[in-house]
Amino acid sequence: MTRAGFAALLSHWRRNPLQLFTLLAGLALATALWSGVQAVNAEARASYDAAAATLGEGQFDQILPPEGQTIPQDTYIALRRAGWLVSPVTEGRMNGVRIVGLDPLTAPGGLGPVQVVDGDIGAFLSGRGQIYATAETLDRLGAVANADLIVTPDMAPGTAITDIGFAQSLLDMHDEITRLIVAPAQPLGRPPLSDIGPDLRLQAAQSGSDLGRLTDSFHLNLTAFGLLAFAVGIFIVHGAIGLAFEQRRPVVRTLRALGMPLNRLIVLIAAELMAMALIAGVIGVALGYLIAATLLPDVAATLRGLYGADVSGTLQLRPAWWLSGLGIAVGGTAVAGAGALWRLARMPLLAAAQPRAWAMAAGAGARWQGFLALGLLVVAGVLAFAATGLVAGFALLATLLIGAALALPVVLGAILRVCAARARGPVAQWFWADTRQQLPGLSLALMALLLAMAANVGVSTMVSSFRLTFTAFLDQVLSSELYVTADSPEQAAALVAFLTPRTDAILPIQSAEQTLAGYPAEVFGARDDATYRTNWQFLDAAPDAWGRLAAGDGVLVNEQLSRRASLAVGDPLDIGGTVFPILGIYGDYGNPIGQAILNEVPFARLFPEAVALRFGLRIAPDQVAGLTETLSQDFGLPRDQMVDQAGIKAFSLNVFERTFTVTDALNILTLSVAGFAILMSLLTLAAMRLPQLAPVWALGMTRGRLGWLELLRAVLLALLTTALALPLGLALAWALLAVVNVAAFGWRLPMYFFPLDYLRLGGLAMLAAALAALWPARKLARTPPAALLQVFSHER
Amino acid sequence: MNVKAILLAICLPLAAAAQGFGGLGTNAAGFAVPTPGYAFDFPADAGPHPDYRIEWWYVTANLTGPDGTDYGVQWTLFRTALAPEAGDGWSSPQLWMGHAALTTPTAHYVTERLARGGIGQAGVTAAPFAAWIDEWTLAGPDNAMQMRAAGPDFAYDLTLSAQGPLVFHGDNGYSVKSAAGQASYYYSQPRFGVSGTITTPDGDISVTGQAWLDREWSSQPLADNQTGWDWFSLSFDTGDKMMGFVLRQLDGASYTSATWIGADGMTAALPDGALTATPLETHQSPGAKVPIEWRVELPARGVDVTVTAINPDAWMATSIPYWEGPVRIAGSHSGRGYLEMTGYE
Repeated sequence: MTRAGFAALLSHWRRNPLQLFTLLAGLALATALWSGVQAVNAEARASYDAAAATLGEGQFDQILPPEGQTIPQDTYIALRRAGWLVSPVTEGRMNGVRIVGLDPLTAPGGLGPVQVVDGDIGAFLSGRGQIYATAETLDRLGAVANADLIVTPDMAPGTAITDIGFAQSLLDMHDEITRLIVAPAQPLGRPPLSDIGPDLRLQAAQSGSDLGRLTDSFHLNLTAFGLLAFAVGIFIVHGAIGLAFEQRRPVVRTLRALGMPLNRLIVLIAAELMAMALIAGVIGVALGYLIAATLLPDVAATLRGLYGADVSGTLQLRPAWWLSGLGIAVGGTAVAGAGALWRLARMPLLAAAQPRAWAMAAGAGARWQGFLALGLLVVAGVLAFAATGLVAGFALLATLLIGAALALPVVLGAILRVCAARARGPVAQWFWADTRQQLPGLSLALMALLLAMAANVGVSTMVSSFRLTFTAFLDQVLSSELYVTADSPEQAAALVAFLTPRTDAILPIQSAEQTLAGYPAEVFGARDDATYRTNWQFLDAAPDAWGRLAAGDGVLVNEQLSRRASLAVGDPLDIGGTVFPILGIYGDYGNPIGQAILNEVPFARLFPEAVALRFGLRIAPDQVAGLTETLSQDFGLPRDQMVDQAGIKAFSLNVFERTFTVTDALNILTLSVAGFAILMSLLTLAAMRLPQLAPVWALGMTRGRLGWLELLRAVLLALLTTALALPLGLALAWALLAVVNVAAFGWRLPMYFFPLDYLRLGGLAMLAAALAALWPARKLARTPPAALLQVFSHER
Repeated sequence: MNVKAILLAICLPLAAAAQGFGGLGTNAAGFAVPTPGYAFDFPADAGPHPDYRIEWWYVTANLTGPDGTDYGVQWTLFRTALAPEAGDGWSSPQLWMGHAALTTPTAHYVTERLARGGIGQAGVTAAPFAAWIDEWTLAGPDNAMQMRAAGPDFAYDLTLSAQGPLVFHGDNGYSVKSAAGQASYYYSQPRFGVSGTITTPDGDISVTGQAWLDREWSSQPLADNQTGWDWFSLSFDTGDKMMGFVLRQLDGASYTSATWIGADGMTAALPDGALTATPLETHQSPGAKVPIEWRVELPARGVDVTVTAINPDAWMATSIPYWEGPVRIAGSHSGRGYLEMTGYE
């Protein structure tokens, strides 16, 4: 009985292979996008974790030299001899690989190359040179003279670890130390750091350079994309399962009439769904792997460029990721199928088979759906004004998107009703009425399209706004044409003397670490110069802010500090014992800590020990190359101590192009999923629509015309949905920029609009809908007249 | 895997039975080996001997606070060479390890330091004498030697003043460690007067007392079948002192050696078997079960005493763990001393 029942149930899929394909493909696509994005995120996180585990980044306090300098080894010894338990690290880059030299004897427990069990520690210490890295990194590093290259799979990508002595000779940094790791437990009776290394600064663990936090925004975007794609996929699956259930009602009725217990039937159907979920899940995870492997090199390049984070460019298969992909496929199917199973359980034994009942029921529930949508949108509206934290931000996103998706059929229905009322002529009237009639069957696919469109509009608005803001910010920060760094105060003085007759202006860049309003921050001393007045833009400022700053009459603070410490223009700020009024607040994107700018005169008074070693030079852009040459030839300044503005900008923008590659790829993928949803809905509806179309044909409308109208209807519905998606997408972008970003990173990006992008996206959505409708319309246009005639002979 | 653990596992293997305690039983290929009839040369011999594999500067002190409380202090600098050469910079094969401890009747504070030779972080110079690792020092002339160390929860700052001549153990400083002939160069300064300050989490305490410096270097002082030792430095109230050790063997037998240091300045080396040490009571200290009360007999000198740990939990939880702490002596003689027990698991 069980076997016969199962065979009967399965026969449905044999008769409707398209539905089976829809179900499997929808689920596989959803799983693929989700698990692809997760794989990219997991790979990046694993890279950060490996870096933290092997290098102690973020785990321990660190002692750092002044910007652009190194710590002399004598200072390290002096610190140890004074009782500071610090461990030296000398690092640099070689062939694009980060070489990290450690001293295993003083490094805090757990640091250092992993799995050196088979290695000869004597060789590691002796300076004969053992280099530990992954095989990929060692390949990139190439052959190194006098070194044993040892493959260590657990190492952070792009990073090679060796003994500090060997690293110093390899990097030509003899007796130089890049940073010192501070052991957590320190002995009694230590003198203060400033007694031994007055120019050194102590950086607390978990501040400043914690990659996880910095890169969160990037991963957040990817995750949001993945989740939306999955939601769209689940809409498809839900539609397919619902349709299959309705169509199988006669089979179910017959089986139960033959004596199959309801429980067993439910178990059979659930087992059938789970089997499909597993098959689709495996396909989806495999596809997801392909997606991730394709995207990962771009993601890795973006992360390296934006944050200096080394992320492996090749994907590793992680069992946890496989399992989570399968899990989400099964979970998604369970969610999508639960409603259908529930209805099956409560169905009267001999309920008549109603192939259209599924669509009709959807129409009947429209009112409730409308109320629910309204409620969710009201909650979203309240949250938009009240939300401050990250959790509230995500709640806002969720209520907004779900509410809008649920409202879509109601709003579309209302628009179609208005159109139908205004229609003149029988064909137009039939067209609108038929469209309304079709709406319930298509609404799930249209919701998918709405969400995909809105997500694309929202995310691309956010990313593009970030690009515009960041480019403008780069112009502001990099207003000088050339930047030079001196080795020592003596060289700095000589540089200034050398450059004064050769440049329009020399802007010293000097800073000091300081705690401001209870938060770690850096204070900059700025020279009064037209450069700043013309390039810097404030988020908020007092009148004549630059003039008063030049007079030493106040201070400028960045947005992060102003938000964290709740400081506004006009508020007092204590810097090193002197209170300054805040004159202006400026945007400072990508910087994790607070910042304040003083005029150089009060700065020098407050921080007499700070010496400017970096300088921005203003000259005509066409003279940059000449000056670089002169500095190198006549002054003898090494090339690596000069950076020209164009170079930095080109690099930064290149990073953004890579980011956009990722965003674009995800745009196209999500829209494809939505297009697929439309195609499948139309195809499944096509067969059922024949009885409705046959009378129209019989009244004299040609099959070709019917086909065209089908196509027109799909494009029209897509157009309406796209039009509704635009405000939703903008609302989404606003929520991301004004709520989620502020909560996550402490700055609010101004929102820009990109009408051409939206047009292009709308065009893509329409194209997807048209392509999806093309095949069903063509099929309809070629329906044999006999099939249409048969409708009238069927007893229904 | 922690590099430090690997380093120590390779350089100073933990009592893997056939290797002896602390890797001291490993082969001495390439390193110099002690020979009898060595003529000590001071001050040079107070400094390091890089062509020998291991060496130590080892101070233990029995101290008393103003209220009569007993304290013990340990300051130790070990040198281990990966190759028999001094070397310079990071590639020097000389590695240094410091252990410092402060023992009270109720607490035992211990900490450890590791350092590379060749960069100045740790080392020893013979003249003027200075031994250091990080901020820990043992430096100065014999009559005013400064001894300092600190950990996260304790510190001490003591001045040592020699009150007698150096004592050379075994055959004029050639100290045999097994029947097979393994040996080290070994001398001591057993009579340092001490004064200074110790610091515990409760504050500073001024202390006075006596300290004992051991100097020993070798390349292979233990036989393969020796698993650890019990070492006693006993200062009797009569003014006589005694150093004795028992090297335990895998087969249950042992090899003993002792030096009698008379109050009159005469010293005498006592051969294998002259000393017996019998555990009377064992105690589960933080790292291992160890005897914390011993019967020590040296019949040739009429010694039959009970040696009892002042703090049974004086466990040295360092890379190479062992027990080291101050003891009280009762029986035929009374007094105070230090006990070191290695190779217990």
